[in-house]
Parts: sequence; structure tokens; C-alpha cells
Amino acid sequence: MKPTDIANPDYFHKVVDCQWACPAHTPVPEYIRLIAHGRYSDAYMINWKSNVFPGILGRTCDRPCEPACRRSRVEDETLVKGKKEPVAICRLKRVAADYKDDDGIKASMPKAPAKNGKRIACIGGGPASLTVARDLAVLGYEIVIYDQDPKLGGFIRTQIPHFRLPESVIDEEVAYITDIGNIEFRHQRVDSMKKILGEGYDAVFVGSGAPRGRDLDVPGRKEAAANIHIGLDWLSSVSFGHISKVGKRVIVLGGGNTAMDCCRTARRLGGEDVKVIVRSGFEEMKASPWEKEDAMGEDIPILNMLVPKEVRHEGGKIKGVLFEKVKAEYDAKGRRSLVPSGDPDEFYECDDVLVAIGQENAFPWIEKDAGIEFDKWGLPQLGETTLQSTNKTVFFGGDAAFGPKNIIWAAAHGHDAAISIHKFLQGENVEERPAPGVNIVSQKMGIHEWSYDNAPTIDHRLKVPHRAKQEALKDIMAEVELGFDPQLAFKEAQRCLNCDVQTVFTGNLCIECDACVDICPMDCITFTENGEEKDLRTRLNAPAINPTQDLYIGNDLKTGRAMVKDEDVCLHCGLCAERCPTGAWDMRKYYVEMTHAEHACRKQ
Amino acid sequence: MTYIAKPRLHHPSLVKNKAGYTRRDYEGAVSTLCAGCGHDSISAAIIQACYELDILPHQVAKLSGIGCSSKAPTYFVGASHGFNTVHGRMPSVMTGANLANRDLIYMGVSGDGDSASIGLGQFAHVMRRGVNMTYIVMNNGVYGLTKGQFSATADKGSISKKGVANSDSSIDMVSLAILMGATFVGRSFSGDKHQLVPLIKAAMAHKGAAFLDVISPCVAFNNHAGSTKSYDYVREHNEALNRVDFIEGREEITTDYEPGTVTTVQQHDGSLLRLRKLGEDYDPSDKVAAMKRVQEGMHAGEVVTGLLYVDPSPKDLHDNLNTIDAPLNTLEAAELCPGTSALDRINAGLR
Ligand SMILES: Cc1cc2nc3c(=O)[nH]c(=O)nc-3n(C[C@H](O)[C@H](O)[C@H](O)COP(=O)(O)OP(=O)(O)OC[C@H]3O[C@@H](n4cnc5c(N)ncnc54)[C@H](O)[C@@H]3O)c2cc1C
Ligand SMILES: Cc1ncc(C[n+]2csc(CCOP(=O)(O)OP(=O)(O)O)c2C)c(N)n1
Ligand code: SF4
Ligand code: SF4
Ligand code: SF4
Ligand SMILES: [Mg+2]
Repeated sequence: MKPTDIANPDYFHKVVDCQWACPAHTPVPEYIRLIAHGRYSDAYMINWKSNVFPGILGRTCDRPCEPACRRSRVEDETLVKGKKEPVAICRLKRVAADYKDDDGIKASMPKAPAKNGKRIACIGGGPASLTVARDLAVLGYEIVIYDQDPKLGGFIRTQIPHFRLPESVIDEEVAYITDIGNIEFRHQRVDSMKKILGEGYDAVFVGSGAPRGRDLDVPGRKEAAANIHIGLDWLSSVSFGHISKVGKRVIVLGGGNTAMDCCRTARRLGGEDVKVIVRSGFEEMKASPWEKEDAMGEDIPILNMLVPKEVRHEGGKIKGVLFEKVKAEYDAKGRRSLVPSGDPDEFYECDDVLVAIGQENAFPWIEKDAGIEFDKWGLPQLGETTLQSTNKTVFFGGDAAFGPKNIIWAAAHGHDAAISIHKFLQGENVEERPAPGVNIVSQKMGIHEWSYDNAPTIDHRLKVPHRAKQEALKDIMAEVELGFDPQLAFKEAQRCLNCDVQTVFTGNLCIECDACVDICPMDCITFTENGEEKDLRTRLNAPAINPTQDLYIGNDLKTGRAMVKDEDVCLHCGLCAERCPTGAWDMRKYYVEMTHAEHACRKQ
Repeated sequence: MTYIAKPRLHHPSLVKNKAGYTRRDYEGAVSTLCAGCGHDSISAAIIQACYELDILPHQVAKLSGIGCSSKAPTYFVGASHGFNTVHGRMPSVMTGANLANRDLIYMGVSGDGDSASIGLGQFAHVMRRGVNMTYIVMNNGVYGLTKGQFSATADKGSISKKGVANSDSSIDMVSLAILMGATFVGRSFSGDKHQLVPLIKAAMAHKGAAFLDVISPCVAFNNHAGSTKSYDYVREHNEALNRVDFIEGREEITTDYEPGTVTTVQQHDGSLLRLRKLGEDYDPSDKVAAMKRVQEGMHAGEVVTGLLYVDPSPKDLHDNLNTIDAPLNTLEAAELCPGTSALDRINAGLR
């Protein structure tokens, strides 16, 4: 294998599993350290720059970072009762938002400079548009955001129940953006793209989301319509206060996060016997494991392998739903299909049905001749990173771009689209993307002293305290999760392994004494004859079993061997550097930060 | 030395051996030796060997003298017996311990100062007596603990860190051990675990006086140009005569060897030593030839390594003294004091 090019910013970025997995590439370990130090405001600002909605995301993020977290690969089963768990990255983010100095944060927020004369329309007021607005307003662009709903926030405001996300948090973080200046909100539905294009905007950003809930198509659906509700519409009606109760017996159809929000909301609006019924198996449900856990914790059973067959009704009133039992069958290629199991159909009585079986994009307001091409699934044809549509002045992001995702993806798209719009309007090539900023600092302070806390803890993941169930179910506005207090937050923060403090190897300093090899608790380091990656992976001191993680190859050794380090399970404990007599290993913090629109143009 | 303890977290593929322990379970306290010291690598090799041999830690007795090397037993196989004796006096304590309890696995760890200077006499006698043990000298050519004075194994003409040449002849521990009657003698290098680990395993399985001279660079005082015990010098001059594959009696032999490239020695306990030839023909069971080859190497400036001499059917101290199989420390008063009539019989036999 070739020696590793550590000058490539992606190399060490990838080692920071959480940051690499985060769509917005939030510098996670840096903010976690700041939380451990009680520097909540600094931790908040790191998040604010990267993901725009720390308080919101700290409660609701889909957290793709957590399944990626190194901690869940390196914990010792016997010490954590068989369950290896990632750092509670998401809930630590909330700690930064909860304990920051609000006035100080407000005062340090950027302000819009003089207008640069260019105007941008954002269609939809969700997280994607808000991110575009934030990134471009600080550059002097004039932003106009259109939304059919009375307040900014998009689905964050209208779909996510307030017992998961209090409205005050949305108000606060939306205000940080609108207070920048140069951002105008128009409470207005857009019915024609051509009309918008005709209004002289220099660019248009479409952040209109994926607003249509899929309907149920079975006999009896129409007749019982009064008690069958589309989940998305129902949740927004609850959010706006148009709906405040539901029948005692409720069936929620669907296995995604929308279903989880529907059933938990129903429990708070009078639903006593609420159940979720899904077609697939429990394990394959789309809902996040923690959402399922929370739902079941509120006495909501989840029944699986049941496909709705018919809605039974009498005199226009619903009686219940009949289901066919299915089982999973796998073909030769391992593809699963659900086939009737042959068991008798099952009938469940109910007073209301909430349908949460899918969400779709819909752009009825974009005319066919607006120059914007769509693919066969009805999604716009876009540059993968530029998010530019076939109409060069129109950009997409968030759920409107590639179908329903989540808030953090919407923010990441917002950043990307803002870069594209800025470059486009400055006459630069939108395909050329700015490299991330990298700041490298050695952590060595003395022979055995490092400027980070290098001793890994063996504590098990801490649980976020919850409001007592009886109390929580009584009040739909009462937030269920209470958040970590500073002591719990410190303990949880200490579980982070500081994966951004990198082991950097300088071959010509190495005397091949094996000290690093012997001390490494994870058996990461091997000095051996170089070879092909596949072969090398098998003949290291411990096999490199995770092909998604790189091997770090160091050369320039006197014996001609290679230093091979498996990045997979390194604890970043720095013991290798501490035992190295020559400084051939050093622990260096690689602070990688995405470049946003502000610094994306060469002219600046 | 290291401030934080080695974390308990470990590689997910770490497996338990037949004794129910992982390799990490054979570690000891965190080393306080200088970073990069060869002694730490030898400790790691001992850990590996004990793990691979499925040894029960509480059946190991580690004895040492004084020196950095003699501190090393603290850093491996923590859950065993240990005795840090007086400077150069480990062999006599070892002999006594072995006499009292022949059931333990004895590991002597010493330095070139401890064994070749102050303890040279004791070293010679423990080998002559054939005490069943593995005696490892972590040989760095200096008194590391007392800041790097030349030891008796420093080669004549080698240069100290301060630039002074050594004028005395050096003692070759390997030659001495063979001469004194050790029945398993090898030399290795702390920086070559592939060679060292199987040698330690074979030595531990050897029922007799097994001696390993392990060159172990002292990074603080003897790893400069002009030293003959530095990492660079040893790597450049290492002349390995063979590679040992240690095969326990009950294991199946799975490796295929080219015909004519391997010599097999069966030890007393049934274990097999497969010696892979690395060049010249070398027969480690020929004592006279071994002494000759080691001396030739010395004259040629080579560091001759590998399994240099082995007597496959050794006799140990207990065989020579014809002691009973039960460890002496388990004998009760009745066995130790058979009574007046027995004494009378003995006395009568002497009249
Ligand atoms: C029930 C539910 C719960 C969810 N929970 C989570 C969660 O916990 N965590 C998470 O990360 N994600 C969650 N999501 C997904 C998340 O809300 C979305 O992925 C995210 O809000 C998408 O952001 P966006 O900016 O693309 O669009 P949206 O937030 O969907 O905003 C689009 C806005 O555009 C408006 N709009 C659309 N068309 C027009 C038009 N023609 N004219 C004017 N305005 C228009 C809409 O009214 C809406 O306000 C959830 C989704 C649902 C349905
Ligand atoms: C009776 C006695 N004499 C002298 C000393 C001082 N002393 C301590 S360690 C040592 C030499 C150790 O050298 P070596 O055995 O090679 O160990 P190293 O530190 O090199 O590993 C000496 C002379 C002592 N401790 N006791
Ligand atoms: S241990 Fe910390 S830095 Fe490493 S992946 Fe997990 S959260 Fe990120
Ligand atoms: S920092 Fe060094 S010693 Fe610690 S786990 Fe990583 S490679 Fe091993
Ligand atoms: S501890 Fe340092 S000098 Fe020794 S092998 Fe490791 S990198 Fe090389
Ligand atoms: Mg010494």
C-alpha cells in the first residue's frame, strides 16, 4: 500500500467517525470537550455554525453520528452489560443549548452588512431555506422567504410534536436567523414558479419539503373517512390547535417516525388504547430505535407483520380494521418479500385510524415549462453537490431535493445550496467546491502531559432523565425529556474518545523499538512488510476487520518495513505517543470545519 | 513512564485461551521504565508466551535481582508470585524456591549487571545445578538503573554515550551458560518478537536450566552510534541461525515445511521444537559445535541469535538430588519426621 497522505483533509476527518457521518460535518468532539469544560456558549456556537439549529437538533436530530460513533465499536461487553453504546452526541448538543449564556449568544450573532443588490427567493420556510437565508444574508444578499404557514420553521414547527420540541426553542433559533437582517418573511403560498421567476430574483431556492402524506387504499376507506386521518395533516392540525381530541381506541398504521409521533400524540389527546400496526417486521421498521422505545414506554404496543385489508364500518361509523397476517420470505439474492402467512385474518376494533404509511414530494406549483426537469419519481434533476436544477437560477434543498430525509440533511443542503448560489452569482464555477478548513495543533504539553483528557473512561452511556409518565401524558405541551444536567453532561462528555486528536506518525524519527506496539491497548499498530491492503489486513497484530476504516501506512523506516495502524478501534488515548522515545508519534488535534458560503469564493 | 494506566478497553477480536484468560489478563502494572526501553518489549513477549501456553498466572514465580531489568517482572503476569531479591542474588533464592516447591513455573529475570558483574558466581552455579527455570537476561551492556556505566557484557571497544571506549573484555553470557551446563540456551533481540516469543515458550517448556540472553537496547544510555547494543547495531549484525516453531505436544502440526529445511527436536514434555533453517546447517544439540559457532560469531562481529543449544533430555536439580515428586513444602510432619525407629535404622546403617 502507498504511504498515507495525511495532507488530504479527508483522511483524518474520516477518523472522526461522528463528524464524518454528520451530514453537516459538525466538529463533534470539539464541542463535547467544551461541554465538559462548562463552556456551553462556545459549544453552542460551534454547533450553530455547522448545523444552525443546535437546540432543535439536540432534541430531535436523527443523529446519523451515533451509529457511527467509535465508542460503540470499542466498549468492552463485559463492562457495559453486553451493550456497546455510542456517546450521547445528540443530547449533549442540547446541553450546550440549555446552559449557554443566551444574552451573550444573542450579542455575538452576525449582522447583515450593506445589501449587495442581489435578491434571492426561498420557497418554504423550513430548515433548508432558513440555512440558505442565514448563510447568504451575512453576505449582503436580500432574502425573501415564502411559506404558506403563518410562522417560519416548516415541518419542525408543524409536524414535530411540542412534547418533543417546545415551540420556544423553535422561536429562539428562527430568530437568530431572522435577526441577522436582510431577511423578509412572506406568509403566502406560492402557486406559480414562473410568477416567482418573473419577479426579478437573481436566484430561487426551493425548500418546500415533501408535504404529501400517502393515503390508504382499501375497501371501506371512503365510507369511514370521518375517522381516518392522514398523519401529516392530523399532526399539523394538532400543532395549530385545530384538533384537540381523538377517540379512545386508536390504530396508527405505519412504522416510521411519523407513526411514532402520531401514536404518542394520540395518547395525549384521549387515546387510551393506542396501537401501532406495521406491515413489516419490528426490526425493519423505519422509526429510530429510541422513538420506538419511547412509544412503547407510553404503553403503546407495536404489532407487526399485519397488512391492512379492509376498514369495517357501520352506518358511516368506523368499527375497526381487518388485517392479513404476513411472513417474510427471502429469495436467492436475499431480497425480502412479505407473503400471506396463511394464518386467519386479524380484526382490531377502533374509533380512529391515523395513516402514517409514507410521505411524498409534490410540486403542483412548478409549471412543466419552467425549465426545471424532473425524473420519473417526480424529483428534480439536480447536481449532486451543487443542488442546481436544470434551470440554472433555481436550486433545491431539504426534503424537496431528494425526497424526505431529516433536519440535519436539510441544514447540510442549505449550506451547499448557499455556496452554489453565491458562486453562481459571483460568476464562479459552482462545480468547484471549497475545501474544508483544517487547523492542526499538537496536544503535547510535557513528557506525559496532553492538552486533552486522554484517559478513556469505562462508564456506560447515561440516560437522559424523563418527566414522569403520568405527568407527561396529561399535557401535550409538556416536554418529555428533561435533558442532562451539568453533572450528567460532564460524565457523558467524558465518554467521548476525542477522535479528532490524531495519531500522527513520522517514520524517519522511528527507531522501531516496538514501545508503541506493546503499549497500545487496542493492538492497533504493527510494523511489518508492506503488501496489498487485503493481505495486510489479515496479518496485523490484531486483524483489521472493519473495511470501512482505513489503514494508516507510514514509511521511511530503517528496516524498510511499514508502520501499519488500523484506525478502526484506536482510542486516541495517546499512549503510543507517550511511550515513543523519539516523538515519532505525536497527538495532533485536526480541527476540520466545513467551508460555508462566506468563504467559498476565491474573490473574497 | 506513563501517567495514565493502560485502559481496560481492548480489541474486539481478543480471545480467551484454554485457561480462560485473554492476553491482556497476563499484563502487569504499567511500566515505569524509560519509553522505548527494550525491557518493555521483552515483557510483552513474555506476556504473549504465557498467554499462548495457557499458563495459570498463579502457578508462575517471577524472581529477579536489582536493575531496570529486574524491575520488569512487575510489568508482566501481575497475578503471579514475585520476589525482587538482592543484587546478583536471584539465582540462590530461585534455587531455594525451586527446591521447596517444584510445582511452580520459575522465571528468573535479570540484567547484564545483575548476572554478569555482581552475580556472576551465582549465575554459574544455578546453571551447573540445572535448576528447572527460564532465566532471561535483558542484556543492554550497561547498568541502566545507575545511569549507564558499562557492564561486563559491553563489547571491548564499544563507545559509551559520553564517548569513552570500553577497554575490558566482555563476558559472553551464552558461552558461559553452555559451558556451565545450562541445557537450553538461546539468544534473541527485544525488537524481534517473532523470534523471541517461541524461544520463551520453548524455554518455559524445557525441564531444566533454560537460559535466554536477550539483547535489549537501553534508549537512555546505550542506543547511540558506537554502541554494540543499539537497535541499529543489533539489526545490522543479527545473524539468526534458525527460527523456532514451538509446538505443544497435543497440538496438531499444520505447517508444511520444505524437505531439508527443518530439524525437529522433541523435548522431555513431548513438546516439539521445529527449527527452520535460515542458511547454514546448524545442529543445536551438538554442544561443542554450538560453543564453536557462538565464539566464531563473536570474532566475526556477528550477533548470533536463535536456539543455540538444547539437550532434549535434560536432568534438573530434583532429578540429580533424587527428591520425591511431591513439592517439599507440601510434606507434613509425618513424612518429614519418620520417627525414632527410622532414625535408629539410619544410624545403624552408618555404624
Ligand atoms: C411527523 C414528523 C416528524 C418528524 N420528526 C423529525 C425529527 O424528529 N427529526 C428530524 O430530523 N426530522 C424529522 N422529520 C423530518 C423533518 O421535519 C424534515 O425532514 C425537515 O423539516 C425538512 O426540511 P425542509 O426545509 O426541507 O422542509 P420542511 O420543513 O418540510 O418545510 C417546507 C415548508 O415549505 C412550505 N411549503 C411547501 N410548499 C409551499 C408552497 N408552494 N408555498 C409556500 N410554502 C410552501 C411548507 O408548508 C413547509 O412549511 C419529521 C417529519 C415528520 C413528518
Ligand atoms: C549490592 C549492590 N551493589 C550495587 C548496587 C547498585 N546497582 C543498582 S542496579 C545496578 C546495575 C544494574 O545493571 P543491570 O543488571 O544490567 O540492569 P539494567 O538496569 O541495565 O537493566 C547496580 C550496580 C546495588 N543496588 N546493590
Ligand atoms: S467517541 Fe467522540 S469523537 Fe469519537 S466518534 Fe464518538 S462522539 Fe465522535
Ligand atoms: S492512541 Fe495510540 S496507543 Fe492509544 S489506541 Fe490509538 S494507536 Fe493505540
Ligand atoms: S515507540 Fe516510537 S520509535 Fe518506538 S517503534 Fe513506536 S514509533 Fe517507533
Ligand atoms: Mg543492563
